[in-house]
Amino acid sequence: MATATQPQHPEVVEERARPIAAPSRRSRRRLWPLLGLTVGALVFLFPFYYMVIGALQTEPNSSISGAFPNPANLTLDNLRDIDRAIDLPRTLLNSGIFTGGVLLSTLVLGLLAGYALARLEFRGRGAVFSAMLLILIVPFQLLMIPLYVMIVRNYGLADSYLGMILPFAVSAIAVFIFRQFFLQLPRELFESARLDGASELKILTRIAIPLAKPAILTAVIVTFIGPWNEFLWPFLVTKQLALQPLAVALANFISTVAARQANPFGAILAGAVVLAVPAVVLFLVFQRHFRASNLGSAIKG
Amino acid sequence: MAASAATTSRPPLTRRLLGRHPIGYLFVAPYVVFLFAIFAYPLGFAVYMSFYDYFFAAPGAIVERPFVGLDNYTTALADPVFHRAMLNVVIFIAINVPLTVLVGLILATALNTAIPFRTFFRASYFVPYVTASVAVIGVWLWLFNSDGLVNNLLGPLAPDPSWLVNSFWAMPIIALFATWKQLGFYVLLYLAALQNIPEELYEAAEVDGAGTVKRFTVVTLPGVRPTTTLVVITATITGANFFTEPYLLTGRGGPAGASVSPVLMMYTEGIEQGHAGFAAAIGVLLAIGVIVVSLVNRYLLERS
Repeated sequence: MATATQPQHPEVVEERARPIAAPSRRSRRRLWPLLGLTVGALVFLFPFYYMVIGALQTEPNSSISGAFPNPANLTLDNLRDIDRAIDLPRTLLNSGIFTGGVLLSTLVLGLLAGYALARLEFRGRGAVFSAMLLILIVPFQLLMIPLYVMIVRNYGLADSYLGMILPFAVSAIAVFIFRQFFLQLPRELFESARLDGASELKILTRIAIPLAKPAILTAVIVTFIGPWNEFLWPFLVTKQLALQPLAVALANFISTVAARQANPFGAILAGAVVLAVPAVVLFLVFQRHFRASNLGSAIKG
Repeated sequence: MAASAATTSRPPLTRRLLGRHPIGYLFVAPYVVFLFAIFAYPLGFAVYMSFYDYFFAAPGAIVERPFVGLDNYTTALADPVFHRAMLNVVIFIAINVPLTVLVGLILATALNTAIPFRTFFRASYFVPYVTASVAVIGVWLWLFNSDGLVNNLLGPLAPDPSWLVNSFWAMPIIALFATWKQLGFYVLLYLAALQNIPEELYEAAEVDGAGTVKRFTVVTLPGVRPTTTLVVITATITGANFFTEPYLLTGRGGPAGASVSPVLMMYTEGIEQGHAGFAAAIGVLLAIGVIVVSLVNRYLLERS
């Protein structure tokens, strides 16, 4: 992206440049925010730490001492247990196909639409863009019942990857990201290619897309977390375990097995770790792509 | 070049009718079809269904689905479960929105000062947002279980029955969970807004003798007002649509329906019981409620 990765507040730069007059006052001013942020970070990160600890315990230990790692109580058996219950390779593959399908159709259709909305002049372009903005404020849950009737009942797409993918086929965030990126490119780039007689499809595939690699990366990363984490829709579509994404299979395990077993938390948390790791790692590696402007329309229930 | 010479005098008819690049229609066509098939048509279908006794039948079977007028709506409005679900939305929003605005703004303000480990803090608040609800609900179940860590820490102060099976505490825990899960996103929104406030405004306030608190109320709060409007509206929409939390965290809206949500009700009534028309009516009522609340919020926040 053209913008800086981590926009620094002017104040930050200025404070560093300014000679430090009264160090004691300064450090006191910095102490409170730091303290607040540290408490906040503990509240946000502790459940993740506790998830990993719990996933590794032979006997789930929910006492206070159980929050600290105990070498005598460590095991990988929970992973084996959850694998026996919900077939981890299979459900991970399903999550991968669901997410991959969404990403593929988002890239193909999103790049075409983003390019047309940014760089092609045709009558009704503004109307398409307005319709897109207008329609996207419709909450998915309002569409849940009609989409279920259409896709699962009428088209017979229950227990199919296509049925899972369809409502997510084009991520609106991706279209926005592509449109914004193509709008930033210099106009001359496109005009000169057109004068050379290149077709619009050729301009898109040979010039615009190679330049758009950073935007594509951002779109892929931001889109990934949607289908990977999605529960409600694939839960409605898939009844067979063989087709369920991991989030759905784990949720079904929690709601059915949890009531029966004495202490199922080891297996639940092992499954939770497997589900959480890909999205968290992707986020940590590509952190700078998660900015407020890129996530504007990503909010879902 | 002949084409461009012609345009200066009089553009060809197709160009005047369709624009310079008619191929644009081809490029946006798949997306427009998607928007129509997945958003516009189902939206109309939902409203249509809500006026019929719409039930499921085998694909292709011709069945009579009688028009029932406003019956689905009157049934919903008289249903105590629906009342409880709407009350739960109110409880959810009443806890989630103020907490999100307050804590989000505090953390963003702290992040916006010259402190070490900024990237670490920023990332740590965002981790719950990128993690699947199902995964983090697993941990919360363990934490708030009757013999979970929270109760072990509280000892005799632990509520009885425990949090998730306590009809008073079930909804606050759900609201707290959702706030925790989403907060990182709102911190980012506030941080972006704070970074757009010109430094000169703070300097001018300081020259006028304003202290830290005064600078916050006079410069920061007005500066982030549009973001607050956005935060309140998006948090309200999220609040109207929660499903995974009551389904998993409190075991299908338990205890005894104390944490039922409208979307959970749509699922049980519409998909499990097959009363799709009734469920669609709940969806329409919910959407109308959200639109009204959003407009009122916007009016109140932008007026002052």
